[in-house]
Amino acid sequence: MHVTHLSLTDFRSYPALELVLEPGVTTFTGANGQGKTNLVEAVGYVSTLASHRVASDAPLVRAGAARAVVRSRIVRDDRAALIELEIVPGKANRARLNRSAVGRPRDILGILATVLFAPEDLALVKGDPGERRRFLDDLLVARAPRFAAVRADYERVLKQRSMLLKTAGAARRGGGAGDLRTLDVWDGHLVQHGVELLAARLDLVEALRPRVTAAYAAVAAEPGTPVAGTAVAGAADSGAGGPDSETADSAVPAPVAGAPSDPGRVAAAASPPGSAANGSANGSANGSTDGRPPGVGPSVAGMTYRCSFPLPVPPRPAGEAGGPVPDAVRPSAEALAEAMFAELARVRKQEIDRGVTLVGPHRDDLELRIGELPARGYASHGESWSYALALRLASFGLLTDDGREPVLLLDDVFAELDGSRRDRLAELVAPAEQVLVTAAVEADVPAALAGAHYRVAGGTVTRAG
Amino acid sequence: MYEGVVQDLIDELGLLPGIGPKSAQRIAFHILAADPADVRRLAHVLIEVKDKVRFCRICFNVAQEETCRVCADPRRDQALICVVEEPKDVVAIERTREFRGRYHVLGGAINPIGGVGPDNLRIRELVARLADGTVTELILATDPNTEGEVTASYLARQIGPMGLRITRLASGLPMGGDLEWADEVTLGRAFSGRRVVEA
Ligand SMILES: Nc1ncnc2c1ncn2[C@@H]1O[C@H](COP(=O)(O)OP(=O)(O)OP(=O)(O)O)[C@@H](O)[C@H]1O
Ligand SMILES: [Mg+2]
Ligand SMILES: [Zn+2]
Repeated sequence: MHVTHLSLTDFRSYPALELVLEPGVTTFTGANGQGKTNLVEAVGYVSTLASHRVASDAPLVRAGAARAVVRSRIVRDDRAALIELEIVPGKANRARLNRSAVGRPRDILGILATVLFAPEDLALVKGDPGERRRFLDDLLVARAPRFAAVRADYERVLKQRSMLLKTAGAARRGGGAGDLRTLDVWDGHLVQHGVELLAARLDLVEALRPRVTAAYAAVAAEPGTPVAGTAVAGAADSGAGGPDSETADSAVPAPVAGAPSDPGRVAAAASPPGSAANGSANGSANGSTDGRPPGVGPSVAGMTYRCSFPLPVPPRPAGEAGGPVPDAVRPSAEALAEAMFAELARVRKQEIDRGVTLVGPHRDDLELRIGELPARGYASHGESWSYALALRLASFGLLTDDGREPVLLLDDVFAELDGSRRDRLAELVAPAEQVLVTAAVEADVPAALAGAHYRVAGGTVTRAG
Repeated sequence: MYEGVVQDLIDELGLLPGIGPKSAQRIAFHILAADPADVRRLAHVLIEVKDKVRFCRICFNVAQEETCRVCADPRRDQALICVVEEPKDVVAIERTREFRGRYHVLGGAINPIGGVGPDNLRIRELVARLADGTVTELILATDPNTEGEVTASYLARQIGPMGLRITRLASGLPMGGDLEWADEVTLGRAFSGRRVVEA
């Protein structure tokens, strides 16, 4: 899909802007503070109803204005759609699709798919677990918009349940009994929504892992190694649904082929935090490592989902002896629910004492590794950058293979990368249907990303080539 | 700040739900400029509503008499009770003409953040209504949002052992919603497709 038209009214620094866009690469250059990021932020907002820079809407509305309007015309499978959003700080936003009001702004999620690369992405690798949870959940919503509701429901239950614990805990400390009669019911709803989210995240991590490994290898490879141009979104060319192993093959010498069907990997993630599962020893129980392809060098990117409770061991898939390998090997939703209930029971006293909910997907993390070491706290700046790019490239590949090729938004990323990473990233994203690039220094944009060029200065955007 | 009674009026209006200081001021000056007869009529109904309207002693819906119009109507099915959060939900359901039983108005939903627990709702009164076995089906029509769902689950657990049929309105109502704003067709359909709740 691609954006054909962007129109802004009182959005950030733009009182009024009309911009016609084409498929392919479009680059926006200009000095600092001229409004380049504001443009891609607007496109991202139409896609996700959130900014990649700020958590609240107020900064998105031009200082002095009461509301901002973002209009975006998109083309998807030869059909056009017009999305209009009105942003009013402190109030519910309003959305229209093809000129008619939608019930809730949330209903426009999923119409425009984007993947945004930004300097802020470094926090995916170096930041708190919350950054990685948000990455997973945002991607879930991009793939299936109904997860916006699942996430909202879970968060609401979590807030209410935690308040109940807090109030009861305070009452107990004051010598009272504390009313916990409704706690079991809150537990039930926490588990219901929590398991839905958790199961989806586990599936997502499995789908992402080989792509992340391949993308990391492609971005971080030594200069001179052939770049696997198709490593990321290759399946789109060869028809959707090309096996992951194939895509990975082209990038990594000893491929991740075994990983997607390796029954040990969920079990590896199952070990409780702080147990022997941390580090490389985790696979020993069933003779496998959590997603790390066997026999690959030390700089292979891997990842493990760390759950706040011990994951049940999934049933071993049948047909292992060389036959076709069944895919889904995560624990069933029922097994997950049972395990989550058990952990809630185990920590109940602690939860009441502390007045917090200690079990559930809001406590999980996606551990990222380069070779044997966790990326967070160990990886170099450049490696962290490569990993962040790999996560975004993997998202791009996944959405593309879902049949919803996203618009790529590259905000100021080339300035952060060395020459070879720059070129590799450029080659990987250049084939996308539409790429919008911002850069303060024109020379930072690799030649592979030639295309339309605009200059941004003082809130005006002018075609320069 | 305005003088004396004008400011008092603005302050009083500002206490009403959904009315901020600006709106309070606008309404106050509207009243000042209005025809004295209109204002007297408004004052009169304000007093009358407090004097005359009470809550039905059976279902806690708003009523003019001891019991509300629904409870007083002998044609309404005594075997069915529909549990709602607020009197406004009764109005919304009555509009659908799908439901021929009686109501029970809880007076809210379980909401720890809002400080509402089971004792703040008319749950004990509901259990008392079920004691004599006349009622055979309970329809839980709390709002289709987190608090409404949790309240329905809690009621199902409390009342389940009493052995009557407990149903919940069919989905189709937007989650995160408010019964009052569900349109008539959707709400009517939700009634006909209600499902049994596992306690
Ligand atoms: N709500 C707002 N109202 C008015 N101006 C705003 C608002 N929000 C941001 N700005 C202005 O927009 C400018 C920032 O724009 P933007 O972040 O797009 O810059 P940029 O071109 O990407 O710069 P850089 O190269 O430094 O990343 C700043 O000058 C800022 O003052
Ligand atoms: Mg910028
Ligand atoms: Zn009544």
